[in-house]
Amino acid sequence: MSEQVDERLAPATPGLLQDKVALVTGASMGIGEAIALDLAANGAHVAFTYRTHAAEAGAVAGRIEQCSRRALALQADVASFEDAQRVIQQAQGGLGRLDILINNAGMNWDAVVWKMTEEQWDRVIEVDLKGTFNYLHAVAPVFKEQGSGKIVNVTSINGLRGKFGQSNYSAAKGGVIALTKTAARELGRYNVNVNSVAPGLIETPMVKQAPEQVREMALAEIVLGRLGTPEEVAHVVSFLCSEAARHITGQVIQVDGGQYM
Amino acid sequence: MQLKDKVAWITGGGAGIGRATALRFAKEGACLVLGDLDEAGLQETVAAVEAAGGQAAAVAGDITHRDDAERMAAVALERFGRLDILINNAGINRDGLAVKVKDGQVRLMGDEMWDPVLAVNLKGTFLCAQAAAVPMILRGLGGRVVNTSSIGALGNVGQANYAASKAGVIGLTKTLALEWARFNITVNCVAPGATDTRMTAGIPEKLMEGLLAKIPLHRLAQPEEIAEAHLFLASDAAAYVTGQVLFVDGGISVGV
Repeated sequence: MSEQVDERLAPATPGLLQDKVALVTGASMGIGEAIALDLAANGAHVAFTYRTHAAEAGAVAGRIEQCSRRALALQADVASFEDAQRVIQQAQGGLGRLDILINNAGMNWDAVVWKMTEEQWDRVIEVDLKGTFNYLHAVAPVFKEQGSGKIVNVTSINGLRGKFGQSNYSAAKGGVIALTKTAARELGRYNVNVNSVAPGLIETPMVKQAPEQVREMALAEIVLGRLGTPEEVAHVVSFLCSEAARHITGQVIQVDGGQYM
Repeated sequence: MQLKDKVAWITGGGAGIGRATALRFAKEGACLVLGDLDEAGLQETVAAVEAAGGQAAAVAGDITHRDDAERMAAVALERFGRLDILINNAGINRDGLAVKVKDGQVRLMGDEMWDPVLAVNLKGTFLCAQAAAVPMILRGLGGRVVNTSSIGALGNVGQANYAASKAGVIGLTKTLALEWARFNITVNCVAPGATDTRMTAGIPEKLMEGLLAKIPLHRLAQPEEIAEAHLFLASDAAAYVTGQVLFVDGGISVGV
């Protein structure tokens, strides 16, 4: 790559999501953190879940409040059906209403299929796929009742193409895409949009620590010649949550710099 | 303002989605070059943009001719000094069955129906993309190309020509995304579902009822909603999105 890359990070659009209330799962770091902060920068109050990183969650809440938006950090394991019911109630109770749900929490635990343990399979499916269902299920009555709502599920390009060593993760993320399309059909008549974003390799703390070889292999695939940033994923999520995207539903938007076409 | 100081060239700017996109972009601060065959329609759009405080240059021309496409791009440079965004929006349809047999009579979709649709929707898109990319590449500051496919690309009875052209736009989009990424030019396309424009105005009521029943959101798109998708893909918010097809269709492409 000889050409200079113009990062052109988008500024927030004040008022895009003015006074909406959002819930983001798994927002103590990485893409979830960027989504929570971008929603706040666009005017939304934000509740979010974290599982173990309480200190990081506190810092994220502080940064949301710096945008003069209300923040609510809630401890939860997205794999827990009961936690999801509680979190939706606490978010509504704490912030007064709920307009937006971002199913972001996810994990990977890689192994080739012949070495993958039952525990590895079950845990990743529970977090990535069942976790998304848990929150869809809990929020659906709320959005149906009010006749509006925006849901964005974070999937992955690996849910579209499969990935060596990620049978559990790819299956879960592929499942999230089918879940997105089904929920879009079921909730369309209630004026609820359900979409997903599929990031490619994104410059998160986890990826920064990955072996150089992993980055190089991904860079060879990415036509824009650079990793994406969490903020670049967050901008697309905010767009899908805005009224500008009101006629978009059931879609998978890849944010991958052309990594998988 | 999301497109402050940007210069955008919009084809098919004389009506419908092109006009809605022109007005939306003007509101975000873009200077516009509008192409269309329909001069009167172009003048109406220019007047509406200027009334809203924007700037627009109209170029009447036929995008199936390379010279006309290049002339539109040249106007952007002459009038505004640069070109940042191309919205490849111009398109036509001429519907009919590929083969129709009725009362022993055979009627074929003729060249007069196939050729113009492919020429405008596919070749016109290619020629304008080429014409826009040259100044973008030479200037070295990147750019945005947004093409227009359609849910018709997935196949639609009576639209063999239109479906082929719009599926072709997807292949073209992905290829140009691959070729021009190194210049920081992203290339994507919007795939509208049935949109409330003159293209759908002639659909009989019975057919329209059946169509609406298949759309999860139960309504047509408004041109302004497609304009929002154009704006998103042209804006900095979509900096890391390339080679993609964005369906704006109320969920109809999810299936019936």
